[in-house]
Amino acid sequence: MKPAIHCFRVDPRDNVATLLLDAVPGECRVLSEGNVDSVVIRAPIPRGHKVSLADVTVGETVIKYGVVIGRASQLIRRGDHIHLHNCQSQFDERSSTLSVDDGSPTDTPYE
Amino acid sequence: MNESPAPVGDFHGTLCQGYLRQDGRKGIRNLVLIVYTVECAKHVAHAIQAGEPDAQVIGFSGCYDNAYAIRLLLALARHPNVGAVLCVGLGCEYTQPKRIADKVRESGRPAEWFFIQQSGGTLSSIQKGKQRVAQLRSEAESRAVRVPFGLSDLVVGCECGGSDFTSGLAGNPVVGKLYDRLVDAGGSAVFEEIVELIGLRGVLIERAASPEAALQIASAYDKAADYCQTVRQYSISPGNYAGGLTTIEEKSLGAFSKSGSRPIQGVIRVAERPPHSGLWLLDSVPDPHFMQFGYTNPNDTEGIIDLVATGAQLVLFVTGRGSVIGGPIAPLLKITGNGETYRNLEGDMDFDASAVLTGDKSLQKAGDELLSLVVQVVRGRPSKPELLGHHEYVIIYKHQDTPSLAAGCRA
Repeated sequence: MKPAIHCFRVDPRDNVATLLLDAVPGECRVLSEGNVDSVVIRAPIPRGHKVSLADVTVGETVIKYGVVIGRASQLIRRGDHIHLHNCQSQFDERSSTLSVDDGSPTDTPYE
Repeated sequence: MNESPAPVGDFHGTLCQGYLRQDGRKGIRNLVLIVYTVECAKHVAHAIQAGEPDAQVIGFSGCYDNAYAIRLLLALARHPNVGAVLCVGLGCEYTQPKRIADKVRESGRPAEWFFIQQSGGTLSSIQKGKQRVAQLRSEAESRAVRVPFGLSDLVVGCECGGSDFTSGLAGNPVVGKLYDRLVDAGGSAVFEEIVELIGLRGVLIERAASPEAALQIASAYDKAADYCQTVRQYSISPGNYAGGLTTIEEKSLGAFSKSGSRPIQGVIRVAERPPHSGLWLLDSVPDPHFMQFGYTNPNDTEGIIDLVATGAQLVLFVTGRGSVIGGPIAPLLKITGNGETYRNLEGDMDFDASAVLTGDKSLQKAGDELLSLVVQVVRGRPSKPELLGHHEYVIIYKHQDTPSLAAGCRA
């Protein structure tokens, strides 16, 4: 049985890939344009989330589908989990204020 | 389901015998549509439909009328898959069943209408309605003009909802491949959800087929962006974040991939049909209005209704998490890129695109298989929601009445 593909890169220009399975630190198989590559994951990443395939400095673009999906708000290294804690929207001004734990808004008063 | 779709043939030429309508459009079904004109008539309308598998119901709940809702009712009542219409009103609402029936008759279809208040109430209205449906059915059958139907006659709409990480990676891109083949064959493809295209202004405009199309796209995009900024609400939720989507741009690209790669011919608004074949963007975002924007697509069914109202004879619904809904008038086919979802909801889901993500199937092959399934449904095979009798509908109050400069002569 061939080893499972762990993550999927949509476009060759992308600097991220999407996890198809929950991943633990270690080497991870990336399917990219029909070829299999690998990346070493630095911390657990849940399925559906993204792993960085490159080092991205603060302010640099995060690319998926060959298009910019946001900018790094923290230094991102190859193998890092990319999400709300280190990447923000260029459009949605609430993006940088969301809870990094669950994405819920922190600016809506409940009392 | 173990059966795999039939091998992909050429699919050029005749797929089946369609139903030719007076306006030149062709249907793949010949339904009797029951239309109620206020919530108060809904029970009677559904009771008339009960036990009539070739009849379906739509209706508008509001008592006060609304130009947008009327346009939508008329577009649905004269949809190519509809052969005859029965309108049922209570008797005191603004929306007039007679005027809908008149317009339907002008379109060459048999149509009847009545008010429940003038028909002796619930039980006798149901009885009267069932008699009318029987007459309308036989008239629709005897008037049917059967003609060759090919891919170039087909209009397909696509919407996504209940999305997960597989929707942007497999479900929507597979539809994109099908859209490319449909457009190349001379058919029409419609995609919507401009609020889920935020961040893609440049990408969208690059795909415009003409300067006019670019102007229409820019105008519709700017309205949607203004809507999102004004209501401080982008179409991305905590559930999306938990699933791994980080920004609205990322979600937008996943949604946009259903459009395939062909040029966008222009923007149509709700209840408008594509002026000619090719790929079209549907603007379902409310116009700015003194009653504020209203809601764009409050739920998946509302978005599906908008697509049906373009005249799409068949609608695709991409859902990663899974859904059980169907659509009225046009068969709905449900597609998932998530293999677990397919296995969990196999009785409801029509197509499993998950092999694309494991590298076991190319996107092109999955797109061809989906096309093959679409052709089978065009030929009369019921989709899973059709088989289960799912024909959800919702028509809401909205304002899309302020013609934009870019809409030009179509406004």
